[in-house]
Amino acid sequence: MEEEEQVIGDFNRWRQRPELAEAVAAIKALTAVIQRSQASTMMGLEIELKNASEMLKAWDRSSISLSAGCDLFMRYVTRTSALEYEDINAGKSRLIERGERFGDISLKARETIALLGQDFVQDGCCILVHGSSRVVLALLKLAANNGKNFTVIVTEGGPKKTGMEVSKKLSAAGIPVTVIVDSAVAYTMDRVDMVLVGADGVVESGGIINVIGTFQVALIAHSMKRPFYVAAESFKFARLYPLDQQDLSISTGQEESSNPARDYTPPHYLTLLFTDLGVLTPSAVSDELIQLYL
Amino acid sequence: MESGGGARRGRMVIDPKVRQVGFVTPGEQDGPAGVSSSSAQVNAPDSPAPVMIPPAPRVAVPAAADHSPPKPAAPVPIPPRSPPLPPRNFDAEDEMPLGSYNPGGEGVLAGSPNSSYGKASSEKAEIGDLSPTMVAELNSSMMEMSLERSKYELPVPEKENESTADVISERVEVPAINNNEGPENDARQRKLKDRTSKAERRALQESQRAAKEAARASAAVAKAKPPPQKKDGSNEKKGVDKKPVDKSGEKDKKKEVVVPEKDKRKDAPAPRLQFDDEQKVAKARRRAIVEQTTETKHRVELFRHLPQFVPPTQLQALEEKYLQNDTMHIHPAVYQVGLKYLTWDIVGGNARCVAMLEAFKEMIRDYTTPPQKVMSRDLTAKINSHVSFLSTCRPLSISMGNAIRSFKLKIGKLRDTLTEAEAKSSLVSHLETFAQEKIILADKEIVKHAVTKIIDGDVVLTHGFSCVVEMVLSHAHSIGKKFRVVVVDSRPRLEGRILLRSLLAQGLKCTYTHINAVTYIMQEVTKVFLGAASILANGTVYSRVGTAAAAMVAHGYRVPVMICCETYKFHERVQLDSICSNELGDPDALVGVAGRKEFRELVGWDESEHLRLLNLTYDATPADYVSMIITEHGMVPPTSVPVILREYRKEPIL
Repeated sequence: MEEEEQVIGDFNRWRQRPELAEAVAAIKALTAVIQRSQASTMMGLEIELKNASEMLKAWDRSSISLSAGCDLFMRYVTRTSALEYEDINAGKSRLIERGERFGDISLKARETIALLGQDFVQDGCCILVHGSSRVVLALLKLAANNGKNFTVIVTEGGPKKTGMEVSKKLSAAGIPVTVIVDSAVAYTMDRVDMVLVGADGVVESGGIINVIGTFQVALIAHSMKRPFYVAAESFKFARLYPLDQQDLSISTGQEESSNPARDYTPPHYLTLLFTDLGVLTPSAVSDELIQLYL
Repeated sequence: MESGGGARRGRMVIDPKVRQVGFVTPGEQDGPAGVSSSSAQVNAPDSPAPVMIPPAPRVAVPAAADHSPPKPAAPVPIPPRSPPLPPRNFDAEDEMPLGSYNPGGEGVLAGSPNSSYGKASSEKAEIGDLSPTMVAELNSSMMEMSLERSKYELPVPEKENESTADVISERVEVPAINNNEGPENDARQRKLKDRTSKAERRALQESQRAAKEAARASAAVAKAKPPPQKKDGSNEKKGVDKKPVDKSGEKDKKKEVVVPEKDKRKDAPAPRLQFDDEQKVAKARRRAIVEQTTETKHRVELFRHLPQFVPPTQLQALEEKYLQNDTMHIHPAVYQVGLKYLTWDIVGGNARCVAMLEAFKEMIRDYTTPPQKVMSRDLTAKINSHVSFLSTCRPLSISMGNAIRSFKLKIGKLRDTLTEAEAKSSLVSHLETFAQEKIILADKEIVKHAVTKIIDGDVVLTHGFSCVVEMVLSHAHSIGKKFRVVVVDSRPRLEGRILLRSLLAQGLKCTYTHINAVTYIMQEVTKVFLGAASILANGTVYSRVGTAAAAMVAHGYRVPVMICCETYKFHERVQLDSICSNELGDPDALVGVAGRKEFRELVGWDESEHLRLLNLTYDATPADYVSMIITEHGMVPPTSVPVILREYRKEPIL
């Protein structure tokens, strides 16, 4: 039990930094587990890691990025020849090294994505943003800092009105913002050059799971032939494969189908994904997942 | 400057809007059919259109013969064809009185092309339009001669989509077709070679193809005298083995032409045996254990490049051959399996593959290395002959092909230091592991993934009988999911009934319908599960005929389509339609309807000139209609098939 408390404690400590994604906090906590581990065999260490990972996932069952991040960490870390080391300490240090590297990558993921994605922002363009994603904010701030002139339209994101927060942050960065009601997306799409959203999770088919309303915006963008870009870190790649919205709620355990918090956007409506692995097409997501889970 | 290369370039340059009808030469202003020669001149003089030939003092064939509608449904725009008139046969016919294989007759042609024209063409003019049926009456000796001749002609590029029977009706200049080896002949050939241009050689090639076509139309026996110069190299397997073009390079001319195509072919995977290539078919036939009858009278032209259906009457011939012939050495286990394939007793990719692997295990166990022979090489040769036997019983499925490939690789990798017993046991264990891991365990994994996609209240549709889909549905039912099944069936095999019987026995609620009602029933369906014979690199699903229709209708109704397929069935090739590669079934199976004796409209179909029955076995479903593919590695989108091929086949299978 002590171990459990320690893991959760670590996790919460990392989470106190508001800029940090949950998954990254979990990854950092898991790396600490390896450091603390007293196991005398690699198998024992793996089991400890697995237990810690389960605990973290249980903390918030509905967070796809959290469980995806934990799974990916396990895969990334254990998928090494270190497991063949006879010397447990050498193996451990190798695992710690990999864990830290994974943690660093994830931490810097946002910067990498901002760097890649800001190339797609052109002078004088108008971007539609839906949902509140820190990655998207980082991307837009970087673009503004690099001297690009563009305007942003933010959906209100009711009923919690998350869009207002986003618009405040964008104004603070000196970007002209307009807030529209969710129902006005089709009306506004004419004026928009591209749509940019974040993601809670990226699924195996290349589709994304994001705050409710994303699918709607994607449908409108697709039918009016506007590019739809997603900014997501690679630790959000999950081994889910929803066939439709109902399938999504089943696999993530979402109970409320009358007031869902998230929806699934099929890959057909996405143009490109900006990830720390590079700018990917939706079909490349499965490629990356297969390589990782080989 | 080879005509092969020129022909290829020429074909690409042809402007479809200005199609050449008949034959134009670079200089000539009015071709026989009065076609515009401007397009001919557009092509560089040294890369003329394929059908260009020099004018010759001859009696022109009636212009009507030159016009023909472009070949329908050809995947590549090809120069227009005339009705199949094989001028080669006229020569042959002329020569017949001289004997089937007579250098003297050849000499007439080889000596001075122009003069031979005059002689032969007059006869040709009389003969006029020879219909295919008349051609079919030409006897086998003539065919032999064509075959003799044909081996010196330009090789038939297997990659070409052109059909081979259609031919240029005009007389073509005969380059040196000389059966005699000898330096003086070579010299003469070379001289003649210079005189003929690429286009002429190309035209000749096409005419000779027609000749072979016509010859093939005659009696089935294809026992052409093995040409003395032909080197019987390694065994040529039909269908499965990717072999480069026949390398019996006797003549310089042929070699010259062969080289660029061979180079190009070395980069591309070797194509399968195309059955309209008479040369290859004849060679394969000589090696085949079972006689193949090609009933060209009943052949559907669009599918002539595929092996025609072999009726089970071959059983008789098989038995005789097997029992009489000592050199066969087909292991009884393999023979049994082959018979089961022939009678369609064993159907389905997995079943056939497993049966074959079992038979091979028996064969390996009983195998002893002959003295003075290297085990791996001798064994490979034996496997080749067994595989060729199996493929004559019924064309190999892709699953079998992949299994064989991996097995042969394993044989090749056997270390010399192993004793025979060790090597044998290692091979047997390879076969066992292959069947266990790639098929049986893989199926279990697939079932595990697939049942997560079935929820209470689902209406699951499936087509035909896939053993994996049956396992999925059974397992889902056994773990208590509440769903019902719609089984869609199609003639002539009605395989869905087997699935239906099995599901009903387990207590599932089933609906049974035929493929014609699939658009109606699809309204009620929530998910579609289908099996596959193979999945190709571009995500195309190659499966039992009717699958594509069901998938397309499902896509139209926005119903997700799940394909359950093991990864060992994946294949690197790409197929865009169901025509270029398929298997032809028994046309007579379409005639009667089981249990309905009053349907007799199609009885006697083979007597009609105009009616052909086509019974295809497989079809290709485009990747757009597929929502996901369930493999033992998990659920992947159809775009990830090349990724799996890349990642999991880094080393050859096992």
